[in-house]
Amino acid sequence: MINSSLKQLGQQLAGKQVSSVELTQAYLQRMAQLNPTINAYVTIDEDKTLAQAKAADARIAAGDFGPLTGIPLAQKDIFCAKGWRTTCSSKMLENFISPYDAHVISQFDAAGAVNLGKTNMDEFAMGSSNETSYFGGVKNPWDFDRVPGGSSGGSAAAVAARLCAAATGTDTGGSIRQPASLCGFTGLKPTYGLVSRYGMIAFASSLDQAGPMAKSAEDCALMLNVMAGFDERDSTSVNREKEDYTRGLAAMQGEQPLKGLRIGLPKEYFAEGLNAEVAKVIETAIAEYKKLGAEIVDISLPNNNLSIPVYYVLAPAEASSNLSRYDGVRYGHRAAEYNDLLDMYMKSRAEGFGAEVKRRILIGTYVLSAGYYDAYYLKAQQIRRLIAQDFVEAFKHCDVIMGPAAPSTAFKAGEKTSDPVAMYLEDLYTIAVNLAGLPGMSIPAGFAQSSDGKALPVGLQLIGNYFDEARMLEIGHAYQQVTDWHTRMPEGIA
Amino acid sequence: MALNLDDIKRIAHLARIQVSDSEAQETLTKLSGILGLIEQMQAVDTTGITPMSHSQDVTQRLREDVVTKTNQRELFQSIAPATQDGLYLVPKVIE
Repeated sequence: MINSSLKQLGQQLAGKQVSSVELTQAYLQRMAQLNPTINAYVTIDEDKTLAQAKAADARIAAGDFGPLTGIPLAQKDIFCAKGWRTTCSSKMLENFISPYDAHVISQFDAAGAVNLGKTNMDEFAMGSSNETSYFGGVKNPWDFDRVPGGSSGGSAAAVAARLCAAATGTDTGGSIRQPASLCGFTGLKPTYGLVSRYGMIAFASSLDQAGPMAKSAEDCALMLNVMAGFDERDSTSVNREKEDYTRGLAAMQGEQPLKGLRIGLPKEYFAEGLNAEVAKVIETAIAEYKKLGAEIVDISLPNNNLSIPVYYVLAPAEASSNLSRYDGVRYGHRAAEYNDLLDMYMKSRAEGFGAEVKRRILIGTYVLSAGYYDAYYLKAQQIRRLIAQDFVEAFKHCDVIMGPAAPSTAFKAGEKTSDPVAMYLEDLYTIAVNLAGLPGMSIPAGFAQSSDGKALPVGLQLIGNYFDEARMLEIGHAYQQVTDWHTRMPEGIA
Repeated sequence: MALNLDDIKRIAHLARIQVSDSEAQETLTKLSGILGLIEQMQAVDTTGITPMSHSQDVTQRLREDVVTKTNQRELFQSIAPATQDGLYLVPKVIE
C-alpha cells in the first residue's frame, strides 16, 4: 500500500477495496511510529484528519468523487488551513491558528483529499537543509545523519518515508527541487503564476510558487490538476484555461516515445562545483533519454553563476518588506515586557525570528536603504533580465533543459550551518529558474556513493518553457516507464 | 562597501529588530560574507538594461469597487496578542 501510486490508491478507493478511513489510519499509524524520529510533521491532528477521511468515504459512497478523493496528503506548514495551527516553522507563528484557508488548501478540500498534517520546513522557507526550523531539523529517510534538503524538508521526508501518499511544497529558489533530489522523489515547481499564492505565507513574492511533491511524474500530474488554476485573490495568478496534466502520459509507451525531443545541456551545469559521482548519474540518465529517442543539444546559460548573488539581493529585499507585518500587534509573537511601542516591535521581532530570517531581513533592509537602492536592488533586477534572456535564447535550440538539481547528494546535519554562503550554493542549479519564472522539476535518476560509503539519491532536473508542465511531466513519465528509481524506498521505513 | 558595527545597529533599527552588542559582531561577520557574494554583481555591465521586477509582463487587474468580503473582526481578533472593545491594544503612543 505505502508504495502505491495515487492512481492505484484512487482505484482501490473507488472499488471499495479500501476506505479512506482505513488508508488514513494506516498513514497515521506510520506517522506515530516514525515521526518522533524523522520530525517531518510539526502538527498532527488526528480528529480533524479522520473527519475529512469520513467525509471522503461518504462522497465515494454517494458516487461524488474525483481522482484524489480520500487520498491522504501532507501539507507544508506555509499554507494557511482554517482551524489548523500554521507556523511556517517560526516561533513568531508558534500559536497562530489560521482563520482562513489558502487557495491550495481549499482546492484539495474541494477535491476531497485528506490533510494528514502540516510539515516541517526551514523558518519562513529560508534555508536549504530544514535546519533553520524553530521545531528542529528533519532526518533524511535515506540516512538519518543527513538533512532532507529544504526549505520543504518535512514534506520531502514525508514523501520519501512514505508518511503520506503525496505532499505539497513551495519553491522560491529550489525548495521543492533540491529536497526532491536529496530525498529521491519527484517534485515540480510550476511556472510562476500557475498556482495561486493566496494564503501561502509570503517570503519573496515575485519568486514564490507552490507545487507537488510525490513519488512519480504521474502522481505530480494528478496533484497539479488540483493545485493549478486562476484565482482572483492572487494578483499575479495567471488567467488561462485549465489543463489536464495527465493527458499525454498514456502515449509515453513503446519504442522511442520521445523521438525528436531536443534536450539542452547547459555547460554551466556541468562545470566546477558539481560532485563527480552526481555527474555520472546525470550522464547515465541523459543516455537513457537518448534511448527514448531524444537528441542532445549543447547550450549555454552564461549568466547562471550570477543567479545566486542576484537572488540574495532580491529575495531578502522582498522578504524584508513581507515580514514587516510581524509586529506583535494583530497576531503572532509579542514580547512579554517592553517600554514603549518601538521597544515592543524590536523585542517581539528579535524574539520571534530565528538567526537566518533576521540575517535576510537585515540584508534586505540594507539593499533597499537610501543610497544603496541603485547599486544593489536595481542592479540585481537588471541582471535578472539577463538571466531570463539566457533561457529565451536556449529554448530557441531545445525543448527542455536537463542537468543536476543539486550540486551534491544530501549532506550531514550541521555541515553547512555555520557558513550561510556555503549553504546558499546548494541552489546553484535551481535559482535561475525562479528568477526567470520557468517551470522546473526533479526526478529520481539513481544513487551516488558518498565518501563514507552511503548510497544516496540523485535528482535529474528538467527545466521547461513557460506553461510547459504537461510536456515536462510526459518527459519525466517516459523515463519512469523504463527505470525504477522512483519506486525505490529507503531501508528501515517499511 | 565594508560594513561596520554602527551600520549593523542602524540597519537593525530600520528593520525593527533588537540586536545586542554580542549579537552585532556575529551578525557583522555573516552579513559581510553575504555582501561579498553579492558584490560579484558589480563586475557586470548593465548599462541600458531594463530592470526586471517580475517574470510575467502583466498589468494589474482591476475590479468593480464593490464590497466582496464580510467583516470577521471577532474571528481575526481572537488570535491577537491583546485587544479591547474591538480594538488592538498597543503601548501608549500619545502623551
